[in-house]
Amino acid sequence: MSALIFSLFIFVLACFIGFELISKVPPTLHTPLMSGANAISGITIVGALIVAGHSGLDSQMSQIIGFVAIVFATINVVGGFMVTDRMLEMFKKKEDEK
Amino acid sequence: PDTIQIIYLIATFFFIRGLKLLNSPATARKGNQFAAIGMFIGIAVTLFDQQIISFEWIIAGILIGGLIGAVLAKKVAMTAMPELVAVFNGFGGGASALVAWGEFSRLVDPTTMTPDSLVTTGLGIFIGALTFTGSFIAFGKLKGFISGNAITFPGLNVINIGSMIAVLVLIGFFTFDPTNQTIFWIILGLSLLIGITSVIPIGGADMPVVISLLNSYSGIAASMAGFVIGNNLLIIAGALVGAAGLILTQIMCKAMNRSLANVIFGAFGGDSGGG
Repeated sequence: MSALIFSLFIFVLACFIGFELISKVPPTLHTPLMSGANAISGITIVGALIVAGHSGLDSQMSQIIGFVAIVFATINVVGGFMVTDRMLEMFKKKEDEK
Repeated sequence: PDTIQIIYLIATFFFIRGLKLLNSPATARKGNQFAAIGMFIGIAVTLFDQQIISFEWIIAGILIGGLIGAVLAKKVAMTAMPELVAVFNGFGGGASALVAWGEFSRLVDPTTMTPDSLVTTGLGIFIGALTFTGSFIAFGKLKGFISGNAITFPGLNVINIGSMIAVLVLIGFFTFDPTNQTIFWIILGLSLLIGITSVIPIGGADMPVVISLLNSYSGIAASMAGFVIGNNLLIIAGALVGAAGLILTQIMCKAMNRSLANVIFGAFGGDSGGG
């Protein structure tokens, strides 16, 4: 089995899991769930690390692109998880008040 | 390398569990923390990857990005959450496009790349770039920089669909001749443009749905970047977000009694006054 086919299997199966994971979400959770999922898509930071971390000998250009990719992806990851937590924290306070 | 893969599998567990817990109010916060742990594990173990030799850029990038992200997440008012998510999502999509581009430009001779990695490079740049500009247009609409009204003219939908087909055809050409710089730049430019022209005709009130859809795109873009660099964690986590985001988008449409196609092509709905 070629690497591509193997990766395609993983991709399709992960899509099925993603479809099944989301069920009856109450409307109040729509934004936090979107925000949390968005933070997970910041996983591309792992790719950015690999691109930026290669030796400078092969291409200076790719290192610079990788650096910008790390900055972008880190904004997504750090900001995404923190802001989701902030939303859900407020959520909890509201519940307590009731 | 096998050890890294096993640890990636553990990170995957945290992502799946985290998304599941995010479905219910009682466990949502824990779910977000689970996902964050998964992300931390994924990042930490990647730093041990043998391909990574230089760390200056990495440390600088994480410090700068982390600072910007943290300040935005702490300072922005709670009422401005949807537009902040749009901004973060835009950066994520942009990062995926850059990863695909960076890997492509790292290889001095792109003709050594296999056709399938060239196709995923093209798709990663396409989806990532349109997520990038589209998210910032959505942000501008919610913030009021750009009119929240549907800005459209007859035939815009046709132009958008036509441009998307054109990009896909160009990705085909790119696969045959990756050394052609012109094709590469047209793919990138057109993709950035499509992000703008496909979000601008949608009314401000529909922006949360659009952001959710763009969130799904950024997942797919991350997955494509994963195909390019051959990284399973990117493929899986990206696909999870791509699929989960699509379902969430549908749920949000249903809550408004609209269909997704109606939101995207309807050019309907005026100013929301900021989500």
